[in-house]
Amino acid sequence: MAQANITSDMMGQSFPHPDKWKWYHYFTFNIDHKVIGIQYLVTAFFFYLVGGVMALVMRSELATPSADLVDPNFYNAMLTNHGTIMIFFWIVPAAIGGFGNYLVPLMIGARDMAFPKLNALAFWITVPAGLMIIASLFFGGAQAGWTSYPPLSRITANTAQSMWILAITLVGTSSIMGAVNFIVTIWKMRVPSLKWDQMPLFCWAMMATSILALFSTPVLAAGLTLLLFDINFGTSFFDPAKGGDVVMYQHLFWFYSHPAVYLMILPIFGIMSEVIPVHARKPIFGYKAIAYSSLAICLVGLFVWVHHMFTSGTPPWMRMFFTVSTLIVAVPTGVKIFSWVATLWGGKLRLNSAMLFAIGLLAMFVLGGLSGVTLGTAPVDIHVHDTYYVVAHFHYVLFGGSVFGLYAGLYHWFPKMTGRMMNEPLGKLHFVLTFIGTNLTFLPMHELGLKGMPRRVAMYDPQFQYINIICTVGAFLLGISVLPFIINAIWSWRNGPKASGNPWNAKTLEWTTASPPIIENWNVLPVVTEGPYDYGHTPEPTEVSSS
Amino acid sequence: MKQIPAPLLTLTVGVVVTLVSLWVGFNHGLLPEQASAQSVLVDNFFDVMMVIGTALFLVVEGAILYSVIAFRRRQGDDTDGLPIEGNLPLEAFWTAIPAIIVIGLGIYSVQIFQDMGGFTPGDRMPDHGTMIAQSPDASLSGLVPEGAEPELLAKSVYGFGAPLEKEGMAADVEVNVSGMQYAWIFTYPESGIVDGELHVPVNADVQLNISAQDVIHSFWVPQFRLKQDAIPGKDTELRFVATKVGTYPVVCAELCGGYHGAMRTQVIVHSPSDYQSWLQSRIAQAEPTTPEAIAMNPTDMTDTEYLAPYGAEMEIDHQLLAHLAH
Ligand code: HEM
Ligand SMILES: [Cu+2]
Ligand SMILES: [Cu+2]
Repeated sequence: MAQANITSDMMGQSFPHPDKWKWYHYFTFNIDHKVIGIQYLVTAFFFYLVGGVMALVMRSELATPSADLVDPNFYNAMLTNHGTIMIFFWIVPAAIGGFGNYLVPLMIGARDMAFPKLNALAFWITVPAGLMIIASLFFGGAQAGWTSYPPLSRITANTAQSMWILAITLVGTSSIMGAVNFIVTIWKMRVPSLKWDQMPLFCWAMMATSILALFSTPVLAAGLTLLLFDINFGTSFFDPAKGGDVVMYQHLFWFYSHPAVYLMILPIFGIMSEVIPVHARKPIFGYKAIAYSSLAICLVGLFVWVHHMFTSGTPPWMRMFFTVSTLIVAVPTGVKIFSWVATLWGGKLRLNSAMLFAIGLLAMFVLGGLSGVTLGTAPVDIHVHDTYYVVAHFHYVLFGGSVFGLYAGLYHWFPKMTGRMMNEPLGKLHFVLTFIGTNLTFLPMHELGLKGMPRRVAMYDPQFQYINIICTVGAFLLGISVLPFIINAIWSWRNGPKASGNPWNAKTLEWTTASPPIIENWNVLPVVTEGPYDYGHTPEPTEVSSS
Repeated sequence: MKQIPAPLLTLTVGVVVTLVSLWVGFNHGLLPEQASAQSVLVDNFFDVMMVIGTALFLVVEGAILYSVIAFRRRQGDDTDGLPIEGNLPLEAFWTAIPAIIVIGLGIYSVQIFQDMGGFTPGDRMPDHGTMIAQSPDASLSGLVPEGAEPELLAKSVYGFGAPLEKEGMAADVEVNVSGMQYAWIFTYPESGIVDGELHVPVNADVQLNISAQDVIHSFWVPQFRLKQDAIPGKDTELRFVATKVGTYPVVCAELCGGYHGAMRTQVIVHSPSDYQSWLQSRIAQAEPTTPEAIAMNPTDMTDTEYLAPYGAEMEIDHQLLAHLAH
């Protein structure tokens, strides 16, 4: 039963903190989860822009069939670093590090994460890791793709490849630190009145994400360490000439990196489950189904990695086992999609920027999910593996499914984080440009792949040029689309209209404190009196929120 | 839910969606020409998924679009929507339907996979193994990939083997395919021909033994719908029947270095008589010009030398070709 006997606010007084952080605090080893969250978000967005520029270099090169703009080896360096940066330095840090750190303590009524110093450390090791990735370009750049399969990764650009491995290992370490922190925080630090089945779905998603990270990341670290030894110290784990096994690397790599796909998408699903009910003014449809499907995805997600290896050294039984397990992941994912659609149905949709991005995600993820099912079946995957069909699929999932979700979250929580409202017309312009740009860039790629264009190529058969030009135009539109966002974010942060504590009339706990929240989050910890999604119920008096 | 449209409307929408999906599924025109026996199987499967996918796409996107239009907030309305939090029958329904669909697709794909020969790579190897073990003729060892123990082959081969009806039988034509940065080398073990393009007779059961010399490459003929990585240190194979005379691209699909995109060649599917004359011309050509050919392909020198005596045994080839010409 919800009891209002929380008196731990005394500890608030004993801290020598100022009431509000100054800008320069964001450049220090600050242990406030909100500062760390924003540090993550801003850093990740910086890397997003870097990765985006690399994408534009690639798309410019691909405007013509021959390799005439950049050197093919440099193209491969762009390719590798684009993929790596987008995954390890944009989506994962923004979704888990940024939103996770900022929101989890606020959503469960805690004053901070369980291990604040570990948290700050986790952030501060991603910074040198990211800089190392960029620096590796001056040593020729790792060229073997973000998968870095040996023997290619063992024999090209060794210094850059070693830097790449060290950077990824650092991020992996950071993500393990984060995972431990989230699990303990969610398990132990909820306000007593918050029961598991009332916990916001974002926290459920973070729980599933953290469990997954804890299980899978060490395997990647192992694989990469062996590769590092092969490159630098003459071992032969992956050197077939000396009895090594190149397929073993692929198993180690994908055992992590397939779950990594869910690491990226589960927190985003969590963001969706928060944004949609608020702006649809309806309770989330199927709370339990969404919570449990996160756990189901996490579990089944550990048994599907071989679908990345159907054309590799994979025996027939494995191809079939992993076809079936892969297809099964579609079921919990589908459950989430249907639940969100049902949440929209019969609502009073406020189509502001946050909601538009959330609905945009839904619309694009449907296509990404359907092409994912076709890829999950071995017979079709064998035809389209390592082609632009796959590139189209994973950009629908990663761009449509992750970037849209991050934008939805940014527009939704910007008032909470900064105390200012964002500009709506600019936000809508941002959405329209992004939506058109994404589809223009990635939709035609399905056809490219099916018709026979392999991926990761700097030069291609001239018959594909026409479609490639469309993709390149789309990519530049996407490049332009970030401008309204950047202008909006910077301008609104300084001059936007002041936001109240709860501008969207939301029900989760983070909206019960000031915008931006004070240090230590609340003067008096909140008491949960209604569920996180109790929209449309007979109004009850709002709960304690003094600030 | 009160908003569920009248049964008649639902029925109409259902019929329209079904018709559109069926049309899209069989007229999408996204796949290239079919030029192998396997391509037909894969395409049928893909078309079925296109039908299901289009239907799901239309229904879900339709529901989203409908919601955005019908349920958007009206000016001045600051109330909440109806507090519907769940609906067990509905949730059970939309968990069950996708589950049934994916299980169905799973079973179908096992079936397709079997028809394609996916369960029998390395299948004919044990026979050859025994034959070779019994044969005192050392030159025959060129038939199996170098360095491989005949007994182990059955276990370690990946890829596609014989279709069901040919299980355990040797292929009509066998070609060793070797990937290197940035070229494919095709060696015909029976005649010693070495070429940069793949030549095969139409409607013959062709067996490719794929290997890699430096890094991983991937042998792909889009029109055959077949792909198999060439993995250093591992044997892989592809077995197919080309069903249409013509020239098709051979593409390397695995990132293999800077010029990965340029690692392209062709497979030329000949009519049986054309194939025979190609063979004859290549053999006639190859005899006197062997040294040059070797000089041009230094990495293949051992292979060619190795196989040269065997290539002289023309009787076998004549028999094979006579058989193919029928
Ligand atoms: C500005 C929008 C973007 C454009 C124009 C773009 C374009 C591209 C291109 C041309 C490739 C090379 C495809 C290939 O040949 O394999 C690529 C690869 C990739 N992209 Fe993007 N991309 C964009 C955004 C993203 C985002 C947001 C993510 C993920 C969060 C992402 C993740 C990847 C990954 C993982 C690869 C594979 C890299 C590899 O093969 O090693 N991209 N992208
Ligand atoms: Cu290659
Ligand atoms: Cu290649």
